[in-house]
Amino acid sequence: MNESLFINIIIGISIASTPLIFAAIGELLVERSGVLNLGVEGMMIVGALLGFVVQFHTGNPFLAVFAALLGGMAISSIFAFLTQFLLTNQVATGLALTLFGLGFSAFAGRGYTEETIVLIKAIHIPVLSDIPFIGPLVFSMNPLVYLAFFMVYLVWWFLFKTKQGLILRSIGDNHDAAHAIGHNVVRYRFMAILFGGAMAGVGGAFLSLVQVPIWGEDMTAGRGWIALGLVVFASWLPFRIILGAILFGGITVLQLHAQGFDIRISAQYLSMLPYLATILILVSLRIRLKNKTNRTVPNCLGRIFHSTS
Amino acid sequence: MSKVRFSSILKLTVLSTVLAFTSNVSADPVKAAFVYIGPTGDHGWTYAHDEGVKYAKEKLGDDVIMTTIENVAENSDSERVITSLARKNDIVFTTSFGYMNPTVKVAKRYPDVKFEHATGYMLEDNVSVYSARFYEGRHVIGKIAGRMTESNVIGYIASFPIPEVIRGINSAFLAAKSVNPDVQIKVVWVYSWYDPGKEADAANALIAQGADVLMQHTDSTAAMTVAEENGVYAFGQASNMREWGPNAQLTGIINDWGPYYADRIAAVRDGTWSSSDTFAGVQQGMVKFAPMNNNMPTEVKNEAMQAIIDLSMGKIHPFTGPINKQDGSPWLAEGETPPNFPDLLTMDFYVEGIDSQYPN
Amino acid sequence: MIKLIPRVENSKVMILLSPLLAMTLTALTALIIFIFILDDIKVSSVFFTLFVLPLTDSYLFPELLVKAAPLMIIGLGLSIGFRAGIWNIGAEGQYVIGGIAGGAVGLYFYNVEGFWLLPLMAIASILGGMFYASIAAFLRIRYQVNEILVTLMLTYVAVLFLSAMLQGPLRNPAGFNFPESRIFHDSAMLPIIWEGTRLHIGFIVAIILSFVAWFGIKKHMFGMQIKITGSAPRAAKFAGFNDNKTVLYSLLISGGLAGLAGFFEASGPAGQLTPGLPQFYGFTAIIVAFLARLHPIGILFSALLIALSYVGGEEVQIEYNLPSSITQIFQGMLLFYFLACDILIKYKVVLNKTKN
Repeated sequence: MNESLFINIIIGISIASTPLIFAAIGELLVERSGVLNLGVEGMMIVGALLGFVVQFHTGNPFLAVFAALLGGMAISSIFAFLTQFLLTNQVATGLALTLFGLGFSAFAGRGYTEETIVLIKAIHIPVLSDIPFIGPLVFSMNPLVYLAFFMVYLVWWFLFKTKQGLILRSIGDNHDAAHAIGHNVVRYRFMAILFGGAMAGVGGAFLSLVQVPIWGEDMTAGRGWIALGLVVFASWLPFRIILGAILFGGITVLQLHAQGFDIRISAQYLSMLPYLATILILVSLRIRLKNKTNRTVPNCLGRIFHSTS
Repeated sequence: MSKVRFSSILKLTVLSTVLAFTSNVSADPVKAAFVYIGPTGDHGWTYAHDEGVKYAKEKLGDDVIMTTIENVAENSDSERVITSLARKNDIVFTTSFGYMNPTVKVAKRYPDVKFEHATGYMLEDNVSVYSARFYEGRHVIGKIAGRMTESNVIGYIASFPIPEVIRGINSAFLAAKSVNPDVQIKVVWVYSWYDPGKEADAANALIAQGADVLMQHTDSTAAMTVAEENGVYAFGQASNMREWGPNAQLTGIINDWGPYYADRIAAVRDGTWSSSDTFAGVQQGMVKFAPMNNNMPTEVKNEAMQAIIDLSMGKIHPFTGPINKQDGSPWLAEGETPPNFPDLLTMDFYVEGIDSQYPN
Repeated sequence: MIKLIPRVENSKVMILLSPLLAMTLTALTALIIFIFILDDIKVSSVFFTLFVLPLTDSYLFPELLVKAAPLMIIGLGLSIGFRAGIWNIGAEGQYVIGGIAGGAVGLYFYNVEGFWLLPLMAIASILGGMFYASIAAFLRIRYQVNEILVTLMLTYVAVLFLSAMLQGPLRNPAGFNFPESRIFHDSAMLPIIWEGTRLHIGFIVAIILSFVAWFGIKKHMFGMQIKITGSAPRAAKFAGFNDNKTVLYSLLISGGLAGLAGFFEASGPAGQLTPGLPQFYGFTAIIVAFLARLHPIGILFSALLIALSYVGGEEVQIEYNLPSSITQIFQGMLLFYFLACDILIKYKVVLNKTKN
């Protein structure tokens, strides 16, 4: 296949996987603290709407992304309040968040479906971008793509190179012990949830600010759920998120290309591949880990913490 | 009695008699309801229906009260929506194929209410069907595409392999090939009528594979925006999408349902409504076109305009033989045009010359 | 400072009060929203249409029951698993596979009359749903793969599979190549129990099932196993309860019931297999189960409540031109408030002066 087609495919994959990277890295931090937030889809769609609306009214992409970030945080705070202070069941609360987020964004976005905005464009670095092959692939991506990679690094650094990250992980593994030592379990989890909301919001904004300059209700089309799968696929390790997102984004894009190349598998079965692949990868990871005592699942994932002191 | 007073009494009498007469003739307004599958903001299929409703409302004024409901899914819930509307309206329009069985079921329970089902095939005494010969529109844009492509690859973003979509692909291809024998068409199926993200991905994939003119049979403006971003050409679908593709859009196929809606509602008002099967095209004004953009040479514009004129006068048919099916078997003989049924309405084959595999 | 003190045992008063409190709060919030967005429409008439009309209108009331039936059936199945801590999020996929299985049997015997066809279709759909859920059970038992994700991913696969079936083997040959199956013949359609409506036998089945589940959980050993495994896994292991068996049976039961609901939908209100078969019943049923606090009889009521919000919400859309998203917002809020008020059952809210 020729070079420019290859480059196009790589760029297409980066567009498809970046929203997943944002949403998944946020949820990873949340789950590391021991909380399962199923409301990712709802937070992403709110971010998509806010990003679009602010870009439409101000034309300022920084403001737009920031607004999406704040929006995701705001809506995740409902989840945080309910699960951390009112001790509600996390699965149900997360689902309610998704439902509410989808409904709210559809309702609030009603007046914007006929509008269009200016997209955030990919960057172009004067000398570096013009290097054949490497230039377009490495130096000419969309700024939000670079941001996504940076966030993955940041989360990794926080979790494994800082004291607070260690504390957060210990809370995820044994919240009673952590509490006994004196760490504020609720505060760490609350912050983590807000971070997850912020990331999901930015991930959603990517859809309406980079992929297509339009707003439509339900435009996240299930990406939030995929992101949840990615966290498990990555065994709660940050850099693996990138691998999973690329795999998932890749299959989605490749399936469309395959049709163009007339590859003889029905489109529905091709479309099943990403989901089946996720399951297969989950299983294969388990098989490999079975013999090791290395378990990265946060022990307290999903369990309600209540301090008795 | 003075002359002045007598004449004013006369005027008053005449006036009130006239008023009495006309108010007897004009009955209560017709209550018409429309069921939409998507949001009016899709600027595609549903938007076009809504524009038609607005046109009809303007034409008929106080003779009609319109009710519309958006985002009605094509499942068993739709029967409830249609029933609720049938209880309060005189005529119900259901604007998508998937409402067919529910429409017929409800029609049987409400024989005094009229129903109009778009793109379906089941008729009853109180159920009409109506559809547009979109393939005539594809013929025109096919010619333009054939002329404007430099890579000789037309990218087609298709939704579901149903006859209407297949007709469009075949018609576009034949027209493009008639002006450009080297042209090829690549089809990508997104299995959705409205999914901006996926449509954009499909558009990008097609462009990456060499397409420099895009056509779509999906409902959002996503592909048009991608075309604009990448400096390739595209056509508006069901409405004028120029706003999303000022340089990209060559023209667009516009579904003009307004006059049909006005006619049918007027028929209810006048008591002349009866079940009908409408399959109208350019000639009847149901298929229209967005203004030709200035991004094409004059000769191409003129050729397209000529095709539109020929279609509107019934002089040409986009499917005129000799045409073979993709597997080489003969379909239409020289000069022969196909009947509506079964050839057009159940079309399930590609015409000869299309390289892509027919889905499944 | 507000402190939460766990109660010795769940407050019986609150079990009844907290749902009412939640509903009141939801209604109040809805009221405020409506006052803001409705210009000249009377808020009271909107409320009437939303909450009262579906209960009093002769057409809408049976429709309400029709809509509630699949939520009851799936919700029952899910609640059994949820009690044991088994999170089957993919009931929607099992519902679809069950619908396909039952529908395929009905279509295979197209135009063949007989009383045996419906039970056969029902069995096929239950087996279909069970089989689909068993994949997740197998992966969890054998490889400890989380069932939340497997069932979720499989839901997407199931919907795509439905699409492939409707384009291929199950497509109506006389249907102009549209991706729909034939309309089921009479023997393959569910009997209607309320003449002139769409209310079918599935509704009765739902009610019977909930009583069966209630007795099952109260009396039967398995019910005990589920209760204890969910709240104290280690204790359960000590008592010899087999965790794997619980996983398997929970998923099989919820999968089977979801599959049955799929068959009821296809052979009931839909009357055929179409791409519109999946209607998010599998996800809504999760909410139904939670609102009922996983109690089988409670599920009957919460299903009716959710169904009410759908049917009433639809009428409000038609009458007052409000968008469909209103219903979603309302349901989300209801669930939020329910979960929040739930805390009053398990904990006592106490105001303490901060000691210095």
